[in-house]
Amino acid sequence: MFFADESITTRRKIIRDAVGIGLGTATYGLSFGALGIATGLSLIETQLLSLIMFTGASQFALVGTLAAGGGAISAVSAASLLGVRNLAYAVRNNTLLKPHGLQRILGAQFTIDESTAMALGHEKGVDGEAGAKFAFWATGTSVFVFWNIATFLGAIAISLVGNPNTLGLDAAIAAGFIALLWPQINSKFTLLVAVISAVVAIVAIPLVQPGIPILLAGFVAAILAWVKAMKNND
Amino acid sequence: MTEFFWPVIIASLIAFALKFAGFLVPRAILEHDLFKKIIPILPIGMLSGLIAVQVLAEKQTIVFDGRLIGVAVGIVALVMRAPFIVVVVLAAFVTAIGRAKGLWI
Repeated sequence: MFFADESITTRRKIIRDAVGIGLGTATYGLSFGALGIATGLSLIETQLLSLIMFTGASQFALVGTLAAGGGAISAVSAASLLGVRNLAYAVRNNTLLKPHGLQRILGAQFTIDESTAMALGHEKGVDGEAGAKFAFWATGTSVFVFWNIATFLGAIAISLVGNPNTLGLDAAIAAGFIALLWPQINSKFTLLVAVISAVVAIVAIPLVQPGIPILLAGFVAAILAWVKAMKNND
Repeated sequence: MTEFFWPVIIASLIAFALKFAGFLVPRAILEHDLFKKIIPILPIGMLSGLIAVQVLAEKQTIVFDGRLIGVAVGIVALVMRAPFIVVVVLAAFVTAIGRAKGLWI
């Protein structure tokens, strides 16, 4: 019975963490809902992004590029390229969840940074694989629910406010992205990638259509990663 | 329905397709060494580019305005290990106050 108790305690802790993560992303979801409306999307379009796209960075990239006048093609490309990492996450989550039918669709939809990180974090826990699966579903559900409620509230709130830039929302969103990027800058190489990519984007701003600087930044990062991978193979 | 309807739908379907593809692709292909090394770095580059554009771009012009101040305050908060919500609210607050007082645009 010792194991049962142990695993109940672990699952309670997982649920608590999952709700905490959900609430954390909700603060970000509020700004997304607001930005969607401020950009000129309808309430339904803004909500559809949180329901179907459901991957924060891509949602912000799409709406941010549209807001900057970057055009549909740049916006869709920027959002899609940012979504490519979910493909890699999904491969890992698939081997963990081994889902069937509808579970496979939900598992794919819930594959985001937070759920993947929680699942990885619990693979070595008391419950092993079962705990990791539980962590994945708990976090995915929590973030999905809170993210969508927050999107709706943010969209409603900004409709009442008017111009969001008087509230400093433009700076808040940029600061939010820096906060998201911050923990990923954990080595000299990742810092180098961040700085060079940012400089490339800045130089490109006056030279190319809005939206393209972001794609160029991603392209330069991929080249840097490729060069590093080649050097390490020598 | 606005002019943004189709970009919204198409980008949403691509985002889901990318996730779902991961559940269909044989593991061996995506576990290729080069792929594993490039994929984690790609978002770092794109996010850095996105941040640079969000802070400095006004369509195709580079402008220095209140965003820069707000973001700088946000970075200080991050260095002091402030939680996400504090970073975001502080950046908005400082930018908004300065704009209201006419210190910057």
